[in-house]
Amino acid sequence: MEEPEGNGKWGMVVDLDRCTGCGACITACAMENNLPFVGEEDAGYGRSMQWMRVERGWKDEFPDIGAVFTPIMCQQCGAAPCEPVCPVFASVHSEGEQINLQVYNRCIGTRYCGNNCPYIARQFNWFDYAKDMPEPLNYQFNPDVTVRRRGVMEKCTFCIQRIRRVEEDAKAQGRPVRDGEVLPACGQACPTNAIVFGLLSDPESRVSHEARNARALQLLLEELGTQPRVVYLKGLRAPGSLPVK
Amino acid sequence: MTTKAIPLPQSQAEEHEHEDEVREHLLLDPRPRSELNRMVMEAMQTTTPMFWVVVSLLALLTTVCLFGAWLYMGLTGMGVAGIRRPAYWGMFIATFVFWIGISHAGTFVSAILRVFKAEFRRPLTRAAELMTTFGLAAGAMYPLIHLGRVWVGYWIMPYPNNRWLWPNFRSPLVWDMIAITTYLLGSTLYVYMPLIPDVAMARDRSKGWRYQFYRILALGWRGTEGEWQRLRSAIQIFAYAIIPVMFSVHTIVSWDFAVSKTPGWHSTLFGPFFIAGAIYSGVSAVGMILFLIRTTMKNMDYFIRAEHFDAIGKLMLVFSFTWTYFYFNEYILAWYGGDLSDQYVWQALTKGEFAWMWYLMLIFNIAVPWLTLWNKRVRRTPWMMFGLGFVINIGMYIERYLIVPGMITRNRFPFMWDGYAPRIELLIAVGSLSLFLLLYALASRLIPIIPVWEVQEGQVATMLRRIGKAKVPTISELE
Repeated sequence: MEEPEGNGKWGMVVDLDRCTGCGACITACAMENNLPFVGEEDAGYGRSMQWMRVERGWKDEFPDIGAVFTPIMCQQCGAAPCEPVCPVFASVHSEGEQINLQVYNRCIGTRYCGNNCPYIARQFNWFDYAKDMPEPLNYQFNPDVTVRRRGVMEKCTFCIQRIRRVEEDAKAQGRPVRDGEVLPACGQACPTNAIVFGLLSDPESRVSHEARNARALQLLLEELGTQPRVVYLKGLRAPGSLPVK
Repeated sequence: MTTKAIPLPQSQAEEHEHEDEVREHLLLDPRPRSELNRMVMEAMQTTTPMFWVVVSLLALLTTVCLFGAWLYMGLTGMGVAGIRRPAYWGMFIATFVFWIGISHAGTFVSAILRVFKAEFRRPLTRAAELMTTFGLAAGAMYPLIHLGRVWVGYWIMPYPNNRWLWPNFRSPLVWDMIAITTYLLGSTLYVYMPLIPDVAMARDRSKGWRYQFYRILALGWRGTEGEWQRLRSAIQIFAYAIIPVMFSVHTIVSWDFAVSKTPGWHSTLFGPFFIAGAIYSGVSAVGMILFLIRTTMKNMDYFIRAEHFDAIGKLMLVFSFTWTYFYFNEYILAWYGGDLSDQYVWQALTKGEFAWMWYLMLIFNIAVPWLTLWNKRVRRTPWMMFGLGFVINIGMYIERYLIVPGMITRNRFPFMWDGYAPRIELLIAVGSLSLFLLLYALASRLIPIIPVWEVQEGQVATMLRRIGKAKVPTISELE
């Protein structure tokens, strides 16, 4: 389904040429969004909770071998496959920010959204992980973000709490949101500034300029018609990479 | 029952021989109604100590493995199951599809065969219909069992609430809920209606709590002409109405998978393919249950004969062909399409970690039935039909297992591939099997498992007519 073109279309540009695969974005995301520690056993079983992953691939042959890194998070699809399959409207589209939201207290845990997400971006709370958090550690929880209970799905929200705070501040001061004012935790932590965030609906914003970069790749799984909101840049010294748009 | 012209006998002795051959059909071997009633009542009321041992064992298994394990999972979290990213659905959903498949047997045997006037169905209809009801009872628990937060599972139902929230009617899970509820209610009514004359018969022949039980169930049935007419037309209407419901249920179950974007699931063929598979496993399960009824209950070798196993065997073979046709359409076209994500899935099935299951499934679902069921002697041997039904149902279970956790372990990001191994799912699957068997065992001693009036009706309508010198079995039209 096509969504109406509003004026608040948030998007992200990830520069793969700058990404060093350090994983700071994953850590920052976990701290900002109250992601639980699942413990060694469950993480080893494939249940680690992270809203982002950095996929590592290899290019060229030994000895000139090099690693390529692709940070992948929820692509905030314009036509999200996770939304129509949820029987209780826990996976919904926000009209204001045009991103895909998960309503934790509405979720009944059918996990259908997780199956239907082509980016495998969704995570499930297998246990009450937050309950097992030892005493001083629970003070690190971000008060702006819900601590999820077991049995619900969750995923990257583009740090919606940061977007909302800036939007409300701007509204209170009677001005539009300034470019660069909102920075998600991953972008804030990135040491090489590989992640740029902003309004794609504003053609003059930095993220829009970057998205029109000649190095912009085809959107991730664009052929599925999901209308992702994350643009990947790649082109410097990358033989054998996908064709530049 | 086959209707064949018998060549003219050459002598008196040969004529008697033909007579015997004809008499092996239930409908050509009539007994008086009082005798049929007595046989069915006796079968229903006889319980051996062994029966009670089995029933208590099943009750124990159901309590511990199904309800106990489910309670434990509800108190600790879904994590005690083996599912993990990216296979968010596992054996729970595979078992759910299996039970919904089993439940297609009853409707197929009693509605479709009734509409097509297949006379051999007469003694088996109730046995098959009970499989529908109890299969659905076992299957319908699974969507609840697999919910992360089962205590708010009712949110999937449309009900008035002060938040003005409806369920999402675009979601196949809501369609599922509606389809399964409809099928459960419809098939329960469809079991009940032909049961009324039989419970009335049982009411007139029992005392004590059984009398009270049958008196309530029989709804004051007296057997007047008007009652019979209304019952017949109601059964006729229901037989036609339940067929589209049956088709819709498994089609909608298949849409849980087919409407998704997941490689391997996204297929336009899944609707008819699932229906063929459901009837295949359901009919095979009917063969198994007929064997169990025949060997464990009294007087059943009169009602359930080689001809019935023969007919069920032919249906199994036909549905094996149908299933194979759909399966290879699905498989070959995905391979021919060359889509990379589909290739990943098929590689996992044919060469990867699931390969042993995939080949086992082909042997169980195709090779074994095709090599045996063409043989009349195999089809007419009850224990062989039990074995074949067992093998086919294992094969069909593997098929569902490969579709649900098998295919979704592969996706478009090889970085995110992972495996699947069931944990508490195994326990709960055993529990739901014992729930099904427990309900069936109890029902077999509470309600007449053979529809006496239908058998008698068939026996009255069928007779040997002498045409010239030959004797030909004829069936008179009843409706």
